[in-house]
Parts: sequence; structure tokens; C-alpha cells
Amino acid sequence: MRSHRLPACVTLGALALTGLAACGQQTAKTEKIAVTASDTACEVARTELPAGAHTFSVTNKGSKVTEFYVYAKDGSIKGEVENIGPGTTRDVHVELVAGEYESACKPGMKGDGIRGKLTVTGQATALTSDPKLAAAVAAYKAYVSGEADGLLAKTTEFAAAVKAGDVAKAKELYPVARTHWERIEPVAESFGDLDPAIDARENDVEAGQEWTGFHKIEKDLWTTGDVSGDARVADKLVADVTEIVRRAKTVDLSPVQLAAGSKELLDEVATGKITGEEDRYSHTDLWDFAANLEGAKAAIDALRDALAERDSGLLTALDAKFATVQAALDKHKAGTGWKPYTELSTADTKELSNVINGLAEPISKVAAVVAR
Amino acid sequence: MAGGVSRRRMLAVGGAGVAGAVAAGAAGVWAHDLIAETPHAADAGGAVPFLGEHQAGITTPAQDRLHFVAFDVITDNRAELVDLLREWTRAAARMTAGRDAGPVGAVAGPAEAPPDDTGEALGLPPSGLTLTVGFGPTLFHDPSGRDRFGIADRRPPALADLPHFLGDALDATISGGDLCVQACAHDPQVAVHAIRNLARIGFGVVSVRWSQLGFGRTSSTSRQQATPRNLFGFKDGTANLKAEDSSLLRQHLWVQPGDGPEWMTGGSYLVTRKIRMTIETWDRTSLAEQEEVVGRIKATGAPLGGRGEFDRLDLTATGAAGQPVIPRDSHVRLAHPDTNDGARLLRRGYNFVDGSDGLGRLGAGLFFMAYQRDPRRQFVPIQTRLARHDAMNEYLRHVGSGLFACPPGVRADDDYWGRALFGR
Repeated sequence: MRSHRLPACVTLGALALTGLAACGQQTAKTEKIAVTASDTACEVARTELPAGAHTFSVTNKGSKVTEFYVYAKDGSIKGEVENIGPGTTRDVHVELVAGEYESACKPGMKGDGIRGKLTVTGQATALTSDPKLAAAVAAYKAYVSGEADGLLAKTTEFAAAVKAGDVAKAKELYPVARTHWERIEPVAESFGDLDPAIDARENDVEAGQEWTGFHKIEKDLWTTGDVSGDARVADKLVADVTEIVRRAKTVDLSPVQLAAGSKELLDEVATGKITGEEDRYSHTDLWDFAANLEGAKAAIDALRDALAERDSGLLTALDAKFATVQAALDKHKAGTGWKPYTELSTADTKELSNVINGLAEPISKVAAVVAR
Repeated sequence: MAGGVSRRRMLAVGGAGVAGAVAAGAAGVWAHDLIAETPHAADAGGAVPFLGEHQAGITTPAQDRLHFVAFDVITDNRAELVDLLREWTRAAARMTAGRDAGPVGAVAGPAEAPPDDTGEALGLPPSGLTLTVGFGPTLFHDPSGRDRFGIADRRPPALADLPHFLGDALDATISGGDLCVQACAHDPQVAVHAIRNLARIGFGVVSVRWSQLGFGRTSSTSRQQATPRNLFGFKDGTANLKAEDSSLLRQHLWVQPGDGPEWMTGGSYLVTRKIRMTIETWDRTSLAEQEEVVGRIKATGAPLGGRGEFDRLDLTATGAAGQPVIPRDSHVRLAHPDTNDGARLLRRGYNFVDGSDGLGRLGAGLFFMAYQRDPRRQFVPIQTRLARHDAMNEYLRHVGSGLFACPPGVRADDDYWGRALFGR
């Protein structure tokens, strides 16, 4: 787990799940919606909007630094702009399908903020008009849905083993359940608070916060072997995973998000797995490595037809580099899984780091190709 | 340049003091400058021409800062390697002119794409940046003897692996390399920016093996420059080869026709040595002993028995008791051309301090770099003698080593680093 988010328009820092396709030129077509924020009010000039891309232009007339959000009914963030200083104006681009939303200004950048209703009506326009990209999104959503099912099933089995005190079985299931998580991590991670509850590592938790999720149980399994106190953590893990799976299966994705997600998965490998930080007790990092790689491949496979049309040279390079990474990783197969991280030599990890960098550079170019 | 912020344009606004020779960095005229072998005033902000008969960064008056990097080539695919060298050459031409690494630039591209320049040099002038490439022995034969790129028959005999020198304590992880790039600039941010962008362009084809930052040049390569001091506090490089010594450069620095494979003609061989200095023990050595170890007066740089820095060494002079004025085991005597059959080097080293070593000592030393026509006749015999006899060895430890064949300069816009080697 890394606290990061699906990328949105460069300066926005948005966690917007559907707002991304709106980051480009499309927003210029519609008129900006003025938002006047103060320390006590949040006035949105228009609250009934047609479906499509919109730009909210937020002016802070208060004395505190503020933020502006657009939330969907399920609480997910559709658009966000932070750090609007007193007297300044910042824009946020959001693409909204028909439905009910909430706007929120957060003077002082905390709390639930000053909320208001937004109603979007009209055709629930697709996030892309290119049929190849639409097909890519559909294919990837099917992949996410399948992995979400696997995640819930295996996490439930894992939790049951923990509660039954079956340490051997729990250890066996740990990397298997996490494989499903890691394959779709960028999607799962986009739901705010649930990600840290499920995937925080010990050093990700602030003083006074409770540490829950996979890695808490991992520590107990591999250090003391005593999980007798983890029943509640196991139950909470299943509850959190159930909720994240429900959301992941209904989430709207844009083609740019597929591309961005594949890059993020490789970033996960390059920062967390290559160093053995992710699974520091179980040393099952290579399982997560392989799952991140599969997730990235799934996104590129979904985009394959669109990429072939838009930049076939890039697609060829990606295929070659995926093969290189896979070959380097396959050297470390053990049975149906992977060698523990601790069995890798420095030369091994350097080779893996090299090939991941070699793949991640071309993958970082996919988003712009998809967006154009 | 397709949009973006031109670093060179900023220079035009802010660089009032930039010399005329520097302004000639504008495309088109630069090719002719280096060929004349006149050193370019590497003014703090100015640009050094990239194209030329020889690579820049060798006789170019030594800039203040260094970022040196050695790469391993991680592909066996010759075409990928050649493509990288082409792409590097284009990026190097842009960056040395003060422009962004890629054609789009750090801030001019689409919002969805990562920029093709990393951006930390935006707003900075060219800063005398030079980028100099070299090919290591392992590019021709990998450690298992394999000829990965079909160039083993082009390996110059002069690129013979360096022997083990007495006392060498080399760490393999900071030694060797298939390729190297030397970035020198007056601004460390500009040098690091160049290496970072070249490393990024190289992902998947090359991998950084080791890299070294240096500050404070320890040699002057031109008579325009004062002789600087190394971390022992002594002037270093007084007797260095200098850009103005045209006939000496032909004799000692540039590979001449007939020396070996033709692709190296106009090039030069680079030896790098990371030399850790135990400055703590040196600092509690008396001034007289320090001067005897070096063989020069600390204040002026004059040889012992002489008055001025550039006075000739009198290796025969003896003192009252009949002992040589310049001790037999002094560094200057052992390294001097007169002791080495006239062999000379163009030294271009830098001081370094890599933080501290955990024992309360500074990780300080000299990153020695020397360019030469043939290491077998120059660096190897000189270092063999120094390793055996030099009194300074008590305060030195050679921990890293590199040897690279630096090809001749890029001569035209469609030329690239190593074309003579890889072109068939």
C-alpha cells in the first residue's frame, strides 16, 4: 500500500474516478461554473447540470485555506481541488453522468465541509466515444469484477483460517488472497479510507490509530505465530474487502485510468516490492510483484486494439518489455508460487529493478496516447 | 525547439557577461570552434559547443562540478544499443546548449504524459555543461568473454584491462562499466540533470552501475585557469597537459591514425580512480612532512627547492647532507614526466565527500580522471611506480577504478556517439 491516487489532471490532485476523461480539451466546450467559497458558505452558481464534462471555478473569499469536492452518492470523490488560498481561484474538471451528487467546500481543509446538492440529468454519456476504447473499458471492468470475486472468496477463507487458529493454512492463503488484491490495486486503492484499513503497513499508521488489515495479521503469523487475538481484525478485513469489492464492481472507469493504473502497478513494484518492504514478515513480495505485473498486463491487453491503431510501435515495445520482465521474474518460480524475497541476491533484485524500469518508461507513455 | 521554456533564451536575458565565444553556441557555427583546439571560456553560464573533432569535456577548461556515471548494458541487442547512443547524442546536444532533454520539453507536453525532460534545470543557463561518453572493455567482451554486440574485433589493444596495482582495494560495485558519461558543469544541478535524463532515456537498455559526484576541480586544463587545490590542501595539476599545448596533445592525449582501430582516431582513453583520502591522519601531519610527501611547497605550489609554482623540478638537487631536495618517495618526483620517460596525462579530477563513513570520518577523497593516448604507456607505468613507492600511499586508498575508450567527437547533426565503432 502506498498512499497515492489515480492520477487526474496534473494540478488537481483529484481522486476523481470518473473525472479523468474530462481532463483534456473537452472541458473547454462548457462554461465554467463559479463557486464562491467563504469561511461559512459554499455557493455554487448552477446546481442543475446536464450530463458531461464540467469545470468548477472555485474562488476563496474567506480567510482560511479551503478545498472543494464533488462527491457521488456512494461517497466516492468525483473531483477535488485542494489548497485554495484566500483570495485565489482554482479550477477543477469533472465528468458527471446523470445522478445525484454533493458539492462541498472545506474551509480550513478539514471536516465534512459545507455541503450542497448537485443534480445531473440527461443522457448518461459514455466516458469515451471511441468504440475501441469503450471496449477496452468494458473488458477491463470484467477483469476487475473477476478479481474482486477472487479477492472476496480468498480473503474470506484466509480470515476463517486465522479465526480457527490454523496458522499453516492462513500462511498458505495469505499470498493467494493478496494476489487478487494486488492485481487491481489502483482501483481498490481509490476508495479513500478503505485502502489503509486493508493494506496499511505498520509504519503507515499514525500514533493513536489502530493498525488493521492484511499486514497486521501477516506480522502475527510470521513473527509470533499467535493469531489468537486477531479474530476481530480478521472480521473487519472481510467486512472492508466486501465493501471495496462492491464498489469496485460498479465503478466507472475511463480509458486514461486504465493506462494510469497500469503505470501505477509498476510503480508499486519499483518502490515497494523490489525492496522487500511490502511483505516484510512473510517475504512473499514476489507474489505481489507477479500480481502487479499481471494487473498491468491486463490493462494493456484491454487497450490492445486501441493502442494498435493509435501507436503500434509503442505496443510492440510494451510487448517486448513485458516478455523481458516475465522472463526475469520466472527465474524465481518456486512450486506454484514464488521464492521468498530473502532468497534473492543483490544481483537478482538489481536485474528485476532494471527490467521494471525498462517496462515502466514506455508504459508511462500510454495515457497520453489514449487521451489524444 | 517545439515550445517549452528555452533555457538558452533565459541566458540571453540574464547572461550579460557571457563571452562572445560562448554565444557562438547557437546552432550552425559551433562545429568549427573545437576543431581549432582553442579552449572555450566556460563562463559560469555559457554553452560549450557539442560538435567537434574531439569530444568536449576533455580539453575544455575544467568546470567546477562533476557527475560521472558508469552504466551496464542490460540488453544483448545491438540495434537497441545503437538506438540509445543516437538518442543520447540528440539529448546531449540539446542539454549542452541549455535546452530541455527531449524535443517537447519539461512543461510543454500534454497533461496526460510524463514530460520528456525532468525539469530541474528550467531557468538555469547551459552552465558550461559538457557530456563526454566512453566505452569500457566489457562492452567488447563481457565478463564471460562473450562478444555481445559483434565488436570484439574492434577492441583497441590500448583498452587492455588495467593490472592490479600494489595496495589496490577496489570495490567491484564502484568499478568498471560498459559505458560511461562524464557530465561537467559550473552548476551541480545542471550536471545532475543531464545524467538523470540520460539514465532515464536508457531505462531497459542500460542500468546505472555506479555514479560519482565531484566538486572543486583538482586540475586546470587550460592556462586561463588558476591551479586549484585538492583535499590535502595542495595545488594539484600544475604540470598537467593543457589545452594550449597543441603538439603535446597530439603526442600524449589524442589517439593518432595508426595507433589502433581507426574508429578511435581523434579519441582518448580515460582512466578513473576513486581514491579515498584519510584526511584525518593527513591533517595531523606536520607541514614539513606534508610538503616532503607531496614534493611541493604548500603555500605556492612551487617544487621543493624552487620559487614559483611553474618552476622546473630539479630532481638532481641535493641538500646539505647529500639527500635529494625533492625526496625519492615524493609524489611529484614519482609522477613527473622526467621520471616516466616523458609520459604525461591530462588530468581532470574532482574532489568528493560522500557524506561520512560511520566511524566519524568524512568519506573524502579525489575522483581521479586522466585522459591519454595509450594507458599502457602512460597511466599504467606511472601508477605502477606510484603504487610501489609513493609516500602519499599512507594516506590513500584506491577503492574504485574505470577504463574507457572515449571516441572522437560528434561531427555533424546526423552523427552520433560511437558511429565509427558501430557503423559497418
